[in-house]
Amino acid sequence: MEPRPPESTRIGVDEWVASAAGRTSGHAGAFGLLRRLVDRVPDPARLAIFVAAAALVPVLTSDQYVLRVGFDTLIFALLAIGLNVVVGLAGLLDLGYVAFFGFGAYAYAILSSDHYGLHWPAEASVPVIVVATAIVGLLLGLSSWRLLGDYLAIVTLFFLQAFVVITTNGNDVSFLGFGGSTDLTGGPNGIPGLDPFTIFGLEIDSERGYFYLALVAASIVTAILYLAVRSRTGRAWQAVREDPLAAQLMGMPVNRLKLLAFAFGAGIAGLTGSIQSALSAGVFPDNYDVPLLITVYAMLILGGVGSLSGAILGAIVVNVSLEVLRDANQARWLFLFAILITLVAKVRPWPKLVAVLGGLVGFGYAMHAIVAATWPAGTKGEPAGGDAIGRAIQSWLIHPSHSALEIGNYAFVILLLAVLGLTLVRGVWRTVALVPTIYLAAFVWENRLIATVEAQAATRFLVLGALLIVLMAARPQGLLGSSRVEIV
Amino acid sequence: MDFFVQQVVNGVTLGSVYALIALGYSMVYGILKLLNFAHGDVYMIGAFIGYGVLTVFGGAIDPSVPVPLLIVCMFGAAMLGSGLLGVAIERFAYRPLRNAPRIAPLISALGVSFFLQNAALLLFSPNFRSYESYELEGGSLFLPLNAGALQISPLRILVICSTLALMVALTFFVGRTQLGKAMRATAYDREAAAMMGINVDRVIVVTFFIGSALAGAAGVMVGLVFQRVYHFMGFIAGLKGFTAAVVGGIGSIPGAMLGGLIIGLAEAFSTAYVSSTFSDLIVFAILITVMLVRPTGLLGKADIKKV
Repeated sequence: MEPRPPESTRIGVDEWVASAAGRTSGHAGAFGLLRRLVDRVPDPARLAIFVAAAALVPVLTSDQYVLRVGFDTLIFALLAIGLNVVVGLAGLLDLGYVAFFGFGAYAYAILSSDHYGLHWPAEASVPVIVVATAIVGLLLGLSSWRLLGDYLAIVTLFFLQAFVVITTNGNDVSFLGFGGSTDLTGGPNGIPGLDPFTIFGLEIDSERGYFYLALVAASIVTAILYLAVRSRTGRAWQAVREDPLAAQLMGMPVNRLKLLAFAFGAGIAGLTGSIQSALSAGVFPDNYDVPLLITVYAMLILGGVGSLSGAILGAIVVNVSLEVLRDANQARWLFLFAILITLVAKVRPWPKLVAVLGGLVGFGYAMHAIVAATWPAGTKGEPAGGDAIGRAIQSWLIHPSHSALEIGNYAFVILLLAVLGLTLVRGVWRTVALVPTIYLAAFVWENRLIATVEAQAATRFLVLGALLIVLMAARPQGLLGSSRVEIV
Repeated sequence: MDFFVQQVVNGVTLGSVYALIALGYSMVYGILKLLNFAHGDVYMIGAFIGYGVLTVFGGAIDPSVPVPLLIVCMFGAAMLGSGLLGVAIERFAYRPLRNAPRIAPLISALGVSFFLQNAALLLFSPNFRSYESYELEGGSLFLPLNAGALQISPLRILVICSTLALMVALTFFVGRTQLGKAMRATAYDREAAAMMGINVDRVIVVTFFIGSALAGAAGVMVGLVFQRVYHFMGFIAGLKGFTAAVVGGIGSIPGAMLGGLIIGLAEAFSTAYVSSTFSDLIVFAILITVMLVRPTGLLGKADIKKV
């Protein structure tokens, strides 16, 4: 730490308080102006704008795919704001959260399908599901009385694992040997053929209808949470998060608050699960496993833990990006865009930026020429997808016509080492090393990560994992979250 | 009775593996108070490195070098590779977050775990790989040696003995060497250790290296005895290794060994006598019970919380 100048004595003044003026007056320039404008919009107005904009989507398009992506995004947004109650407000790291989502989905499947011949309408099944899921959440929450932090995390993660094991093997359940066995969950095959969502006689049967259903659910839940955050309970949750001991000394029922947070989050997840399973018309144990958990966490953390609008923004950004990665052409655009944005934001001053970009272009053409001269097959590959930009990039990027996947595997490992090495070197050498590293990244992206459909599936999750690591190191508060106030 | 003894052998073999994984969790937790979710995936990478070495030397049916040398090479490469991977993870994902709120490194650890799993999926495809070690030496390593009721194959003896050797070496290292002493001091109080002139960063790097190397050895052992290697194997093994660490008392090295043994035996017996699908749930029940009844674990010391 560098020594402080003597005039800024800060004895008895908290760091955060002392820098308050700097924070409020900050955000200079055009970006700051935009930021202040956004900040000035009151939260209810933000919600109204979001709902109005989202409601326009089905009017503007009737493309089933777009509506399905929109529906999924709203479902993820619901999950993220539910998780935000547990993690963001109460500060409990719950890694079993998607089990509640699965529980809601399975409950809907059991209550409204041919599986048991029950066909409850939604106005009867949804309240039952929400309450039942909240009670399960309450039971899991009991573990938070004695366990904190990482211990709680691992117990809840085990709970998720137990949920998956039970649903996968729940097709032959007998209760202590009485009354024979029953097929509760359909085992690994899940339960297909769910009823469409029917509420007060109104049957929802189109993607558009489900989109509006999810939108209504999301706005109601968001409004409730908006009020809850500002309520006595919401403030108490935040107090428990900041300092459980102090909260207890102030007379807050810490244990009861934790249970309430768990139940609240679980109830939202249960509601979401019932809506989601109704559109999918089937529930399968694999759908409620760790990849979903990581996805929801990535959304919450990207948006900013503890921020309601952040959770929604995170869900939109992450889900749309993941959808984009399904298509090689769009994935290529995303990659180029991400590289460009990162360079513009991080490489200063601008002559250096120009040098890096110029070096990148020159380096690519040089490499391409060398490879074309020594190993002609090395540049003859066909780009996946192959739109205009994909073909344009062909004269810059090496693309072997055969054994590209094997070369890509080695290049991937080398890329990881190169990125690691990049963080170790300093000064001008870092800038110099940046150019080949980015070129290598482009090579790996083109030849391995988006080359095949199977690879794209792994790439989506690779990107999520990398996003979590980088985000934690670069901006732990996410896009809209405020950095947590820590007073020792 | 024979069946029972057989399950004890199974349990001790499994327990050796879990104990080695648990040691890594325990050591890292002791020093950084960080739950390294990626530890199970380091073990998975170790198993794949062992597989790679085996393949390079011509596979199990017709290896190009003598079998003992082959096994030593597999262990050596896996331990070195996993150890370096652990150091890289620490440097890249955890060190920038040394003073961040506690949720940050946990999330980062989740990210690393997910990243490694999917990197392995990308590189090695979702297919199961088999060490095919039953082919080694014409299969003689898998033939049980008959010693009365006890039937135990040489490979299992190898696994149990090398685990014991690694643990003795670790105990000696932590108890008797200067670096081990620095490690204990850092675990006890990091700030004070830094003030006493201990290079805390170096101690942490060494801890990650040793813990991850042990996990890599565990990966090769699983490959040798149970054959199957795949990209998702680290997740559930990591959970069980953590459970072993908690049952024995996190931060305590003999505790990790004891915990590993208990979890291994519990899993072997529940698989044999109850149901193989629900053995995970039984391990989970043990974890919950220990955490609720004795949160410090069997051999752990109570942590006095300062306010």
